[in-house]
Amino acid sequence: MTDIAAAAAVPQISPAADARLMLAAAARWRWWEFAVWIAALAAIVVFPRNLLLLNEIAILALFALSLDLILGFAGIVSLGHAAFFGVGAYAAGLLGKFGYGDPFLGLAAAAAVAAVLGFATSFLLLRGSDLTRLMVTLGIALMLLELANREAWLTGGADGLQGVTIGPVLGLFDFDLSGRTAYLYSLGVLFVLFLLARRIIHSPFGLSLRAVKQNPLRARAIGISVAVRLVAIYTLSAAFAGVAGALSAQTTQYVSLEVFDFIRSADVMLVLVLGGVGYLYGGIFGALIFKLMQDYLSAITPQYWQFWIGLVLVILVLAGRERIGAQLTRLFAPLLRWRRA
Amino acid sequence: MSMKPVFARRTVLAAAAALAATAFPALAQETVKIGVILPMTGPSASTGKQAEAAAKLWIQQNGATVAGKKVELIIKDDTGAPDVTKRLAQELVVNDKVNVLLGFGLTPLALAVAPIATQAKIPQIVTAAATAIITEQSPFIVRTSFTLPQATVPMAQWSAKNGIKKVVTLVSDYGPGIDAEKAFKDEFTKGGGEVVAELRVPLRNPDFAPFLQRVKDASPDAVFVFVPSGFGSAFMKQFAERGLTQAGIKLIATGDVTDDDVLNELGDSALGVVNTHHYSASHDSPENKAFVEAFKKANNFRPNFMAVGAYDGMQLVYKALEKTKGNADGQALLDAMKGMSWTSVRGPVQIDPETRDIIQNIYVRKVEKVGGELFNQEFATIEKVKDPVKAAKKQ
Amino acid sequence: MQGSALLLRMRGLQRLNEVSTSKIPKEPASRMVTILFDGIAYGMLLFILACGLSVTLGLMNFVNLAHGAFALAGGYITATLMNRAGFSFFLCLPIAFLFSALIGVALERTLYRHLYDRSHLDQVLFTIGIVFMTVSAVDYTMGSGQQMINIPTVLRGRIDLLGGSIGVYRLFIIVICGLLTLLLQLALVRTRFGSRLRAAVDDPRVARGLGVNVNLVFAVTFAIGSGLAGLGGALGAEVLGMDPTFPVKFMIYFLIVVTVGGASSITGAFFASLLLGIADVAGKYYVPKAGAFIIYAIMVLVLIWRPQGLFVKGATR
Repeated sequence: MTDIAAAAAVPQISPAADARLMLAAAARWRWWEFAVWIAALAAIVVFPRNLLLLNEIAILALFALSLDLILGFAGIVSLGHAAFFGVGAYAAGLLGKFGYGDPFLGLAAAAAVAAVLGFATSFLLLRGSDLTRLMVTLGIALMLLELANREAWLTGGADGLQGVTIGPVLGLFDFDLSGRTAYLYSLGVLFVLFLLARRIIHSPFGLSLRAVKQNPLRARAIGISVAVRLVAIYTLSAAFAGVAGALSAQTTQYVSLEVFDFIRSADVMLVLVLGGVGYLYGGIFGALIFKLMQDYLSAITPQYWQFWIGLVLVILVLAGRERIGAQLTRLFAPLLRWRRA
Repeated sequence: MSMKPVFARRTVLAAAAALAATAFPALAQETVKIGVILPMTGPSASTGKQAEAAAKLWIQQNGATVAGKKVELIIKDDTGAPDVTKRLAQELVVNDKVNVLLGFGLTPLALAVAPIATQAKIPQIVTAAATAIITEQSPFIVRTSFTLPQATVPMAQWSAKNGIKKVVTLVSDYGPGIDAEKAFKDEFTKGGGEVVAELRVPLRNPDFAPFLQRVKDASPDAVFVFVPSGFGSAFMKQFAERGLTQAGIKLIATGDVTDDDVLNELGDSALGVVNTHHYSASHDSPENKAFVEAFKKANNFRPNFMAVGAYDGMQLVYKALEKTKGNADGQALLDAMKGMSWTSVRGPVQIDPETRDIIQNIYVRKVEKVGGELFNQEFATIEKVKDPVKAAKKQ
Repeated sequence: MQGSALLLRMRGLQRLNEVSTSKIPKEPASRMVTILFDGIAYGMLLFILACGLSVTLGLMNFVNLAHGAFALAGGYITATLMNRAGFSFFLCLPIAFLFSALIGVALERTLYRHLYDRSHLDQVLFTIGIVFMTVSAVDYTMGSGQQMINIPTVLRGRIDLLGGSIGVYRLFIIVICGLLTLLLQLALVRTRFGSRLRAAVDDPRVARGLGVNVNLVFAVTFAIGSGLAGLGGALGAEVLGMDPTFPVKFMIYFLIVVTVGGASSITGAFFASLLLGIADVAGKYYVPKAGAFIIYAIMVLVLIWRPQGLFVKGATR
């Protein structure tokens, strides 16, 4: 009896409690995380001339975050994530066109449509190699592109979706020309969804996802249902991407076929890799680096900025992105306190 | 998050201030800024190249000062992507406080900017995009290029009068293409002809071969074609390869297919193609001779209709500023532009005060070899053509 | 007025008669021959362009999204030599092969071989980077426009064959690509190099142990694959067009060929190419509105049905 009581008094001995402690430790906010979000908010005052660009960064960050959920935490590679961005954009755009311009209604509809598509297509990804997954995701995005091109009566075809009118946010704040409302709106949505993603990743579910990513066979052996987890995270990721698409449609009040483009899927993967895979902030940092680079380089050489992006990518892979990541983590380890012993 | 509404309210105030500043810029500044947005890269890069060269040539020839105001061009590349066009336009309006927006290479690009022109109350001069509906999207849009029905209807009339009875139409599947298809069919049927098949080729990655095979199988007297400037060479190649000419099928087109910019590259297969358009580099007038000469001297290629649209766009801004005596307020400029007429290098033109579209002559031309180079040689003129789509709506 | 309308109607009837008596019985067959022929030519071209990718993917398990860049190199060297130096088209074809093969082997030796044992994600990222760089670099040096290749007059025009009308140039493509396919197959099955290659595919370590220089075999194979893509680029410029975005536009088609055909066999890729070519051309002819939709749908269905590809014999590695 006394032995058991003593054991209960020392928390480390119960494995469940230990896991809970570990999760809590990993989920704790670090100071630099606060800094990121404060900086994002402060940008409104510091860079009042670049709010439109900041808005694009916030949307791209959300899109990359959605990819991080499947790539970074479940190991699913995708070359067709634009499919979800695109259906989200068209869902919100069409609602706006037919008189239901409330921004949050658009977001909800986009998330729902994208989630349904994600759920339905997730079953195609359960088996097969990386290559098969790349091709299936790519194929789905391309089919949607063709479909949107063909059903011009609904989507506007190659001319794009015209006449999208979006009401004021919360019924109060109109989207203005300078892009302030747009940026605050997108940033707010990004923040809320980020919190949600962070909560999920640091939950027992998130932990089991990591087990699946590292070794599906072993995960299955210890009783984790791999398929259920993959379907769930893929659906969630699709919903996130759909919201990113909706933000883009609402803040530009325009949707074109480019939302489904292969280049968009490739870019978002690039963005995520630039920022680093598997720690949630990769999308945000990647979007920032990518867009600033694009803006800066295309100001110097409008035609050829892609060359430099390509070069960065090549160097990144050759130098070994994991190695770079590990080096950086070690360098900043005292600051980050990423893992607690 | 609780900070958000506070910030947002300040946003609205600041935005109102920004709008007020753009509404009365003439009081604050002595420079008139023209924001030029063009596709300088991507598949429509040639449009941007031509238009930029022409806008710069205008300033070089006429000086950077008009009615006591200094004119400044701010040129941006939108890569042909509508969301980029929109952001650039917004930045030009908010950050650079431009007085006029000019350019817009393709229909979707022009349409994406229309709400901004309305909101900012400044003229948006469309110098390239040619779908009829564009000018209806904002009361601040003025067009110096052309509308596709404007160029198409004369082609239908000419065909009906010149022994062509059975026609297949083949157009690119987007706004202007569908405009052209409809305009041709309506007018041609009215003239007693028959359109036996209407084919639409996808705008992205077009493969003309299967469509041309269908044309051949329908064995019409002629095939009427619209593809956007830049796709002409790919089309002509396939047209020659399919042996349609040998099968006795004539090629009739709007001038986009035999665009001056690429005409020489098309080679002899383009010889004899009859087409209708508003501008040819070989147009016979002293104004045009001077323009072509100066253009060729400044650049090492010859101007096409994209260049002329931008050149006239600049001319329109200058003429409007002269009329307002330097008042660069958006509404004042717009009012001055409505009804403005001048002698363009393409012939006499006028801005229709009601539709803000351009009224101009349309020429029937034939591709011929002159001095070793291919040209669209004009042989008939239809004077003062209005956009037929809007004219029909009024009746 | 009424009379002329009547006349018109009569003329219409007459025309209808003509059609019904002479054209209808024979036309669909001849039309099908033409379409089939176009489809085969297109498919053959795709095979020559994509077979290098099928080898690198099946052989070295290396996802090379930049494969189209070799085709681009072949197309541009041909256009440049013909237009600026007046080379003949026929001379340009072997040059295009050699040029792209050289670029291929140089890239393989310096960069690609470091990536063989990396993850697919790394390979995708790396080769997308190469594509971006190629597209911009070619745009910068050669301009963004279409490259014009004026094929010799001998290859122009059309001839009647099996009741259908057939482009001479397409016939030329079929002959050249058909010969190359035969040659490839013979080389793979009958020659010493072929058996070494197959040994290196099956088990590189054992092959090495038996004295096969696996690195050399891989390098040569890569060079041939790139060279064929270059030749395909030169041949295809006339039919597919050739501009800086070529590698991006056709990458998807190459990948479809490889994934549908199964990454480990040349014959699989060959049949997949033919299938794709015919389906694409016939689809555009008979259901133009569907566009490329059919192709993508077929690909996804095949991959769901048989993730290893359509033409793979049972064994999975």
